Amino acid sequence: MIGYIDKIREISLKLLNEEKVDMVIGYRKGSLPMMTEPCFVKRPEDVETLIWDSNCRINLAAYLMDRKEKIGIVAKGCDSRNIINHLVENKIKREQLVIIGAPCKGMIDKKAVALQFGQDIDEYQETEDQITVKGGGTEKTFQKVDVLQENCAICNHRNPVVYDELAGDLVEEQTDIDRYEDIRKIEAMDIDEKWNFFEDMLSPCIRCYACRNACPLCYCPTCFVDESKPQWVGKSNDPNDTRTFHFLRAFHCAGRCTDCGACERACPMDIPVRLLTKKLGKDCLDIYGWEAGLDPEQRPPLDTFKPDDPNVGIK
Amino acid sequence: MEYMGIERDRLHFSWVSSAEATKFITVVKEVTAAVKALGPATKFVKDRRQVS
Repeated sequence: MIGYIDKIREISLKLLNEEKVDMVIGYRKGSLPMMTEPCFVKRPEDVETLIWDSNCRINLAAYLMDRKEKIGIVAKGCDSRNIINHLVENKIKREQLVIIGAPCKGMIDKKAVALQFGQDIDEYQETEDQITVKGGGTEKTFQKVDVLQENCAICNHRNPVVYDELAGDLVEEQTDIDRYEDIRKIEAMDIDEKWNFFEDMLSPCIRCYACRNACPLCYCPTCFVDESKPQWVGKSNDPNDTRTFHFLRAFHCAGRCTDCGACERACPMDIPVRLLTKKLGKDCLDIYGWEAGLDPEQRPPLDTFKPDDPNVGIK
Repeated sequence: MEYMGIERDRLHFSWVSSAEATKFITVVKEVTAAVKALGPATKFVKDRRQVS
């Protein structure tokens, strides 16, 4: 994945010079090691700011909604699936986009590295399979596969689903992974265990809505939690209200969520909110054979009716 | 709902046409019987002081 930088810059320069796009959305170096920021390049001379490494975690599809200009966008597997979601939901037109596909072998979990390193990280370097962090007079090398984000480790769509240009060769998809081990564990609990599990899991929530704000699916002009007429859900951090928020947000993402992990990364309290969205992803797969963001021609299952839909739970 | 710890029998879905009075009665009977069997809800409950 290292060599992508030159290719991404080259493609971006060409697109901007030929005026095929008005801007390129990509990543640039963040202010701290192991951080990247979204970056909007509008002038050919600025393409050098674009970078690519194993810290390009952000889902750039979140910056496409309702844009009017022509856009080049760097897209990993998950980003490309969210772009397809936007196409299906009319948030952007395909003609406006030049998708620079970035086949991805997974992004690094920054918090896991920081935790294992135990020091402030001052410097970061990576090779194809390894990362090295330095700080506090020591350094440590990790294998990338050992410190991947959990959603990347179980990813089954590493290659962009849709693209116009490619920043590198397509990578091999993971086929021997068990995506839903954690979900099955919860499903196997008895009813009180389940209730208490989520009570514990959600108790640190401060209702900052960072999960919602980071999510490329959450683009409603007024979110249901912000509405006051009617007020659908209480605004305090009462456990019932917090649960209602998380639970409903997950449902709004049912059949649309690509498990990009943006929600969990954004959470300042480290709540594993993907346990809710992933359950609905699993249900969509089990009941409708559906995975989100693979086909721009098909609407998600909860948005369509087919005569042969299974009658789940309806008497 | 069941996944997050609400008893399965507390939530029912049914499709009843306005012409299906008998089905409506059957469904209502089934729902009330199932919910009565579970007893009062202890989860997802706010008392009035918390609401206002």
